[in-house]
Amino acid sequence: MLVLAVWQLIPTNVTQRVRDAATGRMKDTTIRRVPINLGLDLQGGIHLALEVDPSKGPVPDCADAIQRAEKVVRTRIDEFGTSEPVVQIQGRCRLIVELAGEKDPARAKSIIQRTAFLEFRITDMKNLFRDALPAIDKALQRAGVQASGQGAPAASVTQLFGTDTGKVKASKKPKGKAAAKDTTDLNAPGPLSSLLFQGQVPGEYLVPEEQVPVAESLLARPDVQRLIPRGIELKWGTEVLSRAGRSYRTLYAVEDRPIITGEYLQDAKATREPLTNQSVVNFVLSRRGGRVFERETGRHVNDYMAIILDGRVQGQPPIIKSQIGQRGQIELGAKPLQDAQDLALVLKAGALPAPLTIIEERSIGPSLGQDSIKDGITAGIVGVALVVLIMVTYYRWSGVLAVAALALYVVFTLAGLAGFGFTLTLPGLAGLALSVGIAVDANVLIFERIREELQHGKLVRTAVDEGFKHAMSAIIDSNVSTALTAFILYLVGTGPVQGFAITLIIGIAASMITAIFVVRTFYMIWLDRRPDMATLSV
Amino acid sequence: MIRLFANANYDFIKWRRWAYGLTAAIIIPGFALFLVRGLNYSIEFTGGTLIQVQTPQPVGTERLRGALDAAGIRDAEIQQFGAPNEYVIRARLGRANEAVSGSTETTAAAVDSALARALGPAPAYKILRTEAVGPKVGKELQGKAFLAILFSFVVTLVYLAVRFEWRFGLAAVLATVHDILTTIAFIRYLDLEVSLVVVGAVLTMVGYSLNDTIIIFDRVRENLRKFRRQNLYEILNLSINETLPRSVLTHGTTMATTIALVLLAGEVLRPFALVMTFAIFTGTFSSIYIAAPLLMWIEKRWPGEDARGARALRPTGTVPLNPPPSPSPGGGSEVRSKAAV
Repeated sequence: MLVLAVWQLIPTNVTQRVRDAATGRMKDTTIRRVPINLGLDLQGGIHLALEVDPSKGPVPDCADAIQRAEKVVRTRIDEFGTSEPVVQIQGRCRLIVELAGEKDPARAKSIIQRTAFLEFRITDMKNLFRDALPAIDKALQRAGVQASGQGAPAASVTQLFGTDTGKVKASKKPKGKAAAKDTTDLNAPGPLSSLLFQGQVPGEYLVPEEQVPVAESLLARPDVQRLIPRGIELKWGTEVLSRAGRSYRTLYAVEDRPIITGEYLQDAKATREPLTNQSVVNFVLSRRGGRVFERETGRHVNDYMAIILDGRVQGQPPIIKSQIGQRGQIELGAKPLQDAQDLALVLKAGALPAPLTIIEERSIGPSLGQDSIKDGITAGIVGVALVVLIMVTYYRWSGVLAVAALALYVVFTLAGLAGFGFTLTLPGLAGLALSVGIAVDANVLIFERIREELQHGKLVRTAVDEGFKHAMSAIIDSNVSTALTAFILYLVGTGPVQGFAITLIIGIAASMITAIFVVRTFYMIWLDRRPDMATLSV
Repeated sequence: MIRLFANANYDFIKWRRWAYGLTAAIIIPGFALFLVRGLNYSIEFTGGTLIQVQTPQPVGTERLRGALDAAGIRDAEIQQFGAPNEYVIRARLGRANEAVSGSTETTAAAVDSALARALGPAPAYKILRTEAVGPKVGKELQGKAFLAILFSFVVTLVYLAVRFEWRFGLAAVLATVHDILTTIAFIRYLDLEVSLVVVGAVLTMVGYSLNDTIIIFDRVRENLRKFRRQNLYEILNLSINETLPRSVLTHGTTMATTIALVLLAGEVLRPFALVMTFAIFTGTFSSIYIAAPLLMWIEKRWPGEDARGARALRPTGTVPLNPPPSPSPGGGSEVRSKAAV
């Protein structure tokens, strides 16, 4: 058990998304740290509770609106400068956003409250971007950028996507079978092209997940931007695909002009077609939107249409099969209904933006958090030192046993926090210090009982056994009552207070285990070594 | 070997009337004050905005006040917080305050710009912490805190009912009510800010004080079985005396940690730590002077099966019940401290 506890506390490699100083983009990095989560009050950061703003129009179904809002905030998650943003719906109609380490509340709030923007754009059907790749590669090579050489050899690409079937443009196949592949000379060892693999849809490229930051920084270069063909823009997708054990992020080359935007969309619903058993999303446009869409789709039959929310392509672009008027249907084939519901949510998020109002905000500067940790730990150490002093002077050798058990107790408690993934908050630190004081209670009860038994003239061995036996009911009763109130506190409390309740509960459990089992084992070892012991240092 | 209160034999129960008087003297004025002025609730409960600022040099609350007045933010409380160059500005909702009642969020921005105007741009001051709580969240938290206190009562009652017979349970619960009342009075006297964390401290106190009462009652239960001939008065005294070393030690260690928290853990935790420290004190007091005499009184009103409570109020002086102390087994020095702790 001790081994398990220590193992939980060994610094482990934790993958975090960190803002890359060089490019200003988010990337995954791995750092070593003790795996205990610190609350916002300790590491600094922003906690926001948001609700749909009723002052900007009636909210008929707040639960629905908040789901749309959650979807929107999630697509913007990379814009925050924090490692692990928390976005979750609390209760029915409330959105909680927690940004640890975020320093600029105003920026974070504007990102969250910005109105969602949905647009449909035709993908790069003429492969203009692909044709421009050699020029881009050359420009990069001239600028001294080396191919990162990590690109998979061409053979594996063919394995990934099947054989080359030529141009996609002529494709008249139904969408489901539109998996026309094109792996032409993409894998020429250019700095950029070595990172890109042709996807299944024209204008779709796949970038290995670990190469995403490199690709982003290359694409952000002004000399590359200049060479991207006119009328084409690059947009990252939200989906992460995994092929042959590697994961890829999608990158789309799309036209820079939307064929329609979210303001024309009225509603979207996900259903499962009973006849074909396919997941579909039905959407309805406004009358004006219907006219625009009819014209546009008429021109783009058999083209692929990217659904873009806040600059991110959502899912795989569907093919336009025929002219579409006011009512349209997106077929997702055999994909689960959940995917269709997600897509419907995206459409609705763009169509019916849910204006959010902040109902609670807490932001703590990182310096304050560090001060709190420092003060909390100082107070904790001083408090524990006092407890150790009292125990050792009063109970002498038995006190030393109790203190040794106390050290184990602290290890157990921290391991409990790490193991169950609970968060350590400032009140949690107080709870930890407090529970150390309470933890010795069990030992005190036992030692006092042993003293009493010794006083009644019992032998050392018997006194120890009796002491443990008699103290047990008092220990259990008293700890259960404290744990019960802590549990209630956990149920009704908010973040920091829950942290307090959690450390208290884990602390109580750990203290009972150490006091009852550990100290007892120490005694047994001690007494077995000195079976002739007539007096006990208690 | 150090032994505190070994074989102590104080007649605690005799002093019960004095104890009642003492707590009444604490509770009644405190509670009257509480009814008249209410408590100093934090913005978590009232709704409002809290901003903690740090300046390179102490600027004084007057200067900040001037800055806020100039911006039309009146009625905000300004308070030095911990270090001399740190201040907390609180603007509560629900007062006649135009700038605040609009939106808690805009208040934070208004305070920020007011400070920037008066003190100069960013390096002249630093916002360390902002809390803005809307009225809705405040109401919810009030409800939650109330529910927490109610639930913890119900749960502990049920637990006591299962573990002890109802007479013990009732006495323990009444002692806990006493603790809550004295703690409210204490909070009122010191005008501590009642935040959710302080409510947490009160709840922890409920558990902790109950814990203490339970340990004494556990001993009473055991002694009632062991000493068939003593009346309840004597058994209560005996039990309190027997558990006295434990009480002193446990409260000593816990108090050591809470006092360390009061002194060292910083301004944010101080109200919590103060309430905890007081709670330990009142919890100990009530288990000895409130819970035990109440148990005796309840036994007298509604006698239990062995009806010893009926004889309870016939004090016969205390009978030394412990066997004569055996020669000190450790052979160390034996200190009998009579100093009250």
